[in-house]
Amino acid sequence: MSATWLAVILGTLGCYAFKLAGASVPESVLDRPHVSAIADALPIALLSALVVVQTFAVGMTLQLDARAAGLAAAVVALLLRAPFIVVVVVAAAVAAAVRALGWMP
Amino acid sequence: MSDEDWQRERRTVITNALSVGAATGAYGISFGAISVTGGLTLLQTQVLSALMFTGGSQFALVGVLIGGGGAASAIATSVMLGARNAFYGLRLAPILQVSGWRRAAAAQLTIDESTAMTIARDERQFAGRGARLAFWLTGISVFVFWNASTLVGAVSASAIGDPRALGLDAAIPAGFLALVWPRLKDRRSWSIALGAGLVALVLTPFLSPGIPVLATALVAVVAGVLQVRRTAGEAAT
Repeated sequence: MSATWLAVILGTLGCYAFKLAGASVPESVLDRPHVSAIADALPIALLSALVVVQTFAVGMTLQLDARAAGLAAAVVALLLRAPFIVVVVVAAAVAAAVRALGWMP
Repeated sequence: MSDEDWQRERRTVITNALSVGAATGAYGISFGAISVTGGLTLLQTQVLSALMFTGGSQFALVGVLIGGGGAASAIATSVMLGARNAFYGLRLAPILQVSGWRRAAAAQLTIDESTAMTIARDERQFAGRGARLAFWLTGISVFVFWNASTLVGAVSASAIGDPRALGLDAAIPAGFLALVWPRLKDRRSWSIALGAGLVALVLTPFLSPGIPVLATALVAVVAGVLQVRRTAGEAAT
């Protein structure tokens, strides 16, 4: 089995286990202040880290390229309360334009 | 509560469920396109939307793999992002009151959108019928739109030549930003976001791809512990 399939299958099982846990695990296990405070912070930390890595990393090197211009455009779109699809399309379009003009790799 | 009130409640729930489904559909297109241009097959992409069925985790799994991370860090990142669904399930259990195969099905539909629409209904009204209807209808509506739009995105992306020329590599971080944006509502959440971003940036040159993102889970642990301490301190004074 390829590594990608392994990730797809085990990731899926893990996500389902958490979905089922809420309905099955005794309330006392999950309903603790530390557990819920950490669970609250977890998506913010992981998603923010993914934003940074996907914008500036190429493998283990950091690089400033057209993706950063795309991200800046995404911030503007979000400040203007654009819906998800518009944010993503604007970011891609700006990155593509900056590349086509030869301003950034 | 009269029958007329229930009919009005039912119409509201149906309209909301359909509009939330249509809105997430737009975002399924980007998932399908990014996943396929990133190197996953159409089948793998579709399996994620049908069986994993939790957008943030799907994006994370694909994002880490595209970024050169190994299967282990891709799995860990996506499963940790899915941990929040356990807390949704906890909140929903007393409203849904299901067991057996219905509980298994409800678990699969326990996601951001279905939870938000369920707790938005007043569960004391109509003996919880409106809230339960909102859960099932929103869950099924999002499931159908999400899977159909994933397929549309994946199929159309197969026709794309060079994803970089179209700026699709910039669409990935923009997608993550759009996912985290609604959660950034106070100083605490902004500190977590900036702290985690900085940690990931600093660690990138030193650790294999995928690990820097995982390491920021520690930022969440620290933030959680500090939060509990502060709440305890406020309670004491």
